[in-house]
Amino acid sequence: MTDQQIAPALGALVDLGLPGIGGLDNVPTAEHPQSAKDFTSDQEVRWCPGCGDYAVLAAVRSFLPTLGIKRENTVFISGIGCSSRFPYYLNTYGMHSIHGRAPTIASGLAITRPDLSVWVVTGDGDALSIGGNHLIHALRRNVNLKILLFNNRIYGLTKGQYSPTSEQGKVTKSTPMGSIDHPFNPISVALGADATFVGRAIDSDRKNLTAVLGAAAAHRGTALVEILQDCPIFNDGSFDVLRKDDKENRLIPLTHGEPIRFGPAAEDGLGTHAVVADGLTLKVVEAASVDPSRILVHDAGNHELAFALSRLSDQDLNHTVTGIFRDVNRSTYDDAARSQVAAAKEKGSADLQSLLNGRDTWTVAG
Amino acid sequence: MTTGDIDVGDIPHSSDVPAPQTRDRVVIRFAGDSGDGMQLTGDRFTSETATFGNDLSTLPNFPAEIRAPAGTLPGVSSFQLHFANYDIVTPGDRPDVLVAMNPAALKANIGDLPAGGILIVNTDEFTKRNLTKIGYDADPLEDGSLEPYQVHPVAMATLTRGALEETGLSKKDAERAKNMFALGLLSWMYHRPSEGTERFLREKFAKRPELAEANILAFRAGHAYGETTESFAVTYEVAPAKLQPGTYRQITGNTALAYGIVAAGRVTGLPVFLGSYPITPASDILHELSKHKAFNVTTFQAEDEIAGVGAALGASFGGSLGVTTTSGPGVALKSETIGLAVALELPLLIVDVQRGGPSTGLPTKTEQADLLQAMFGRNGEAPLPIIAPRSPGDCFDAAIEAARIAVTYRTPVILLSDGALANGSEPWKVPDASALGTVDPNFATEPNAPDGSDEFWPYLRDADTLARPWAVPGTPGLEHRIGGLEKADGRGSISYEPDNHDRMVRLRAEKIGGIRVPDAEVDDPSGDADVLVVGWGSTFGPIVAGARRVRGMGHKIATLHLRNLNPFPANLGELLRSYRTVLVPEMNLGQLVMLLRARYLVDAQSYTKVSGLPFKAEELQDVFLGYLDGSHPSSGERGPAPQGVDE
Repeated sequence: MTDQQIAPALGALVDLGLPGIGGLDNVPTAEHPQSAKDFTSDQEVRWCPGCGDYAVLAAVRSFLPTLGIKRENTVFISGIGCSSRFPYYLNTYGMHSIHGRAPTIASGLAITRPDLSVWVVTGDGDALSIGGNHLIHALRRNVNLKILLFNNRIYGLTKGQYSPTSEQGKVTKSTPMGSIDHPFNPISVALGADATFVGRAIDSDRKNLTAVLGAAAAHRGTALVEILQDCPIFNDGSFDVLRKDDKENRLIPLTHGEPIRFGPAAEDGLGTHAVVADGLTLKVVEAASVDPSRILVHDAGNHELAFALSRLSDQDLNHTVTGIFRDVNRSTYDDAARSQVAAAKEKGSADLQSLLNGRDTWTVAG
Repeated sequence: MTTGDIDVGDIPHSSDVPAPQTRDRVVIRFAGDSGDGMQLTGDRFTSETATFGNDLSTLPNFPAEIRAPAGTLPGVSSFQLHFANYDIVTPGDRPDVLVAMNPAALKANIGDLPAGGILIVNTDEFTKRNLTKIGYDADPLEDGSLEPYQVHPVAMATLTRGALEETGLSKKDAERAKNMFALGLLSWMYHRPSEGTERFLREKFAKRPELAEANILAFRAGHAYGETTESFAVTYEVAPAKLQPGTYRQITGNTALAYGIVAAGRVTGLPVFLGSYPITPASDILHELSKHKAFNVTTFQAEDEIAGVGAALGASFGGSLGVTTTSGPGVALKSETIGLAVALELPLLIVDVQRGGPSTGLPTKTEQADLLQAMFGRNGEAPLPIIAPRSPGDCFDAAIEAARIAVTYRTPVILLSDGALANGSEPWKVPDASALGTVDPNFATEPNAPDGSDEFWPYLRDADTLARPWAVPGTPGLEHRIGGLEKADGRGSISYEPDNHDRMVRLRAEKIGGIRVPDAEVDDPSGDADVLVVGWGSTFGPIVAGARRVRGMGHKIATLHLRNLNPFPANLGELLRSYRTVLVPEMNLGQLVMLLRARYLVDAQSYTKVSGLPFKAEELQDVFLGYLDGSHPSSGERGPAPQGVDE
């Protein structure tokens, strides 16, 4: 991209940072409808049979055409790990980078190229262990990136060591007596870093996954989407309790503006369980047992509520909240950085000779 | 040390002011506490001197602590300035004039002042407590130990306070302006123009006009003190230097490097993206570039060194000129990402302003011990080009050259500056901005598959440069994936095939080895010297100065400066083999000499020093003499002190 090619896009961005601006603004739209096939590369997919990554890949391939943006303006950047092979399987621009550093590379790209939709694919080890620092700084800066955090609570590519999201006590190759590490709650970490968009979905729940991805794409700023998935080889059935018969008693789906109810349908058609405030924390109660006014209504603009909801999910998966925890507008780093450059260009002359001359020169005559 | 002391009687002066004496060159060292403003004082004297038209070279020398305990030896900060009426190449070995603002500054620096040298001392700080603090049993101003020198005791704090009495400033605030008093006094002694300093102070303290006026009053008081007191009998004049015709300014290496990066953006037509993390002594490049957004420069202060280079690489992927600036410890952290850039074959400029190591080492001192880190400090076979500027002004050209190579050959390039270049300054002939040339980034826009299909092969190389196509996101039809995994030659998809890996490793090495760099040039005035001195980076100045000295003594010696350290100039081996003795002085334990010996099988000799300070011309003179008279390595008989030689 030369200066001239980028300049018009920069000019249009001077007033950014205001609410109501979408994540895909400035990304050129496709002239013709696109299909999942258009986003499928010629590379053979090489994940283990039964890996959750397949479901996510299929969902993303189907989802991307619905954004209506040009394929060539879509970029996937990944780190290292099983899920980080993702970019090879999409016929977009892509980079399979190094362990934990994808958010840094994506940040540089997103700051300099407002005409791109930039996605990061990472895992629990990649994002929360070796790359933890970059993740929290990307989130606080609010660069216009979409981060897909594939959480299978294990190191798969290195053949089965515990990860920063593994349950305490987990027996793995590197923890024969059980893991003594207290795990991260990725949603709490993201909210603690003041992420402006935080969502969670389960790999097999195509509908919710696609909905969260769509909202993430539309969000201007960093969006973190945690995707729960199984590693059939090294952590098989890790999220089975969220997929089996009793799942509706564990999964708490969020919808902005709706009461937080879940479980088998009660007489009013909503779930029999409800989430209410209990002092500064939340608790799950029987909906019928409390005054309806006590049942919390989800507000994706409420940071404190989002954090409290994230704490309902614990290592044992007794309750797992899904959907969009937080979705708020805050000025993005990349828009602000481009605005400064644009403002400097408007204000100051870019006369290289006068820069080089500086203020005090003297002349030596020939 | 000074030469050509000629009284000039015919310059009109009032009867009570002695006529100034002329000098060809002078070395002044300002030394004081870290909080005394010695760097600012030195900077201002440098600016005055530059404006006056002397050639100059400077050596700031300060501790890593922002404010070490006041009055202690570790807290001493100094600034040495060498200026002359001819072209000089070093900041000078020893000062002719030492300004010591306190006992610690005196103790730390007096050893460098030659007998007969001028010593100006701020007596106000010579209290019993201050003397005891640094282990002086007796007051050196009174015990006769300073007898070899021309001592000028000046109660600078008292005099400054007196001059500022009317300003209403507190005693403490008033005394803080004593560095400007010292500057005024030295400006008077050496007939420096003062308008620039007064203007500078007004601008620096624009928001505190009372402080601007106080500093100007102190500056003028120092000037007036020199004029009126009988203590200073003489002043000195150093005529402007006869430099190449052109427009000049004073510049430090870090500023020149920042300007070179701005210019590289202009030359390549690319937006510049700097991803950087603060680190001494490189931070000033980040500061400078952050001021020049109007030139389509984006600066990103990252969360760490790794993020700095990662963001720069991401920007390069998107079609910007990605740049990261750091020092040795930062390069260590960035190594994996630099290796990724080698694999991705994308342009990237990595600036390493070297400092003393290992580890945190000597953050504010100079060293050139990162050469092998730059050369080999990555996993696998990961070659990349290396360029090292030789002087502060040369940092500008080196940055443009590094960017040219990065963009043309799609490769990360390491530029090795160092602390002495970064903070040192010299007059710089301002280049013509319209004559910097252009480099075409030559972005890929069309499918390139050899079979004529509509495929894009990201690793299909240019037959001449072996560079791969640079297709930036947003280019329709060229969607492709790159990464750190080994790629199939040409097509670029993942390949674990044994022969392919062997081929790709060799292709990457061949590409870097084949980068065209200018031939090396030998400076051998007699044409038949036996000894060739090879240097790189900031040792250029001391090596040239040392060679001038031994040539002044009637000896023959040749010098060669290497700007391209990878690949080496094509004619280097032939040149090395044509001399009986090859000597490589370095501020490390012999890194370049190791490369030269390995590469060319020449029995090159090494002279090394890692004191955190540049070589002295006199020191190298002695080393050179040892080789010239055959008594190598250490028994070189020192010749008579050279007369009228330049450095």
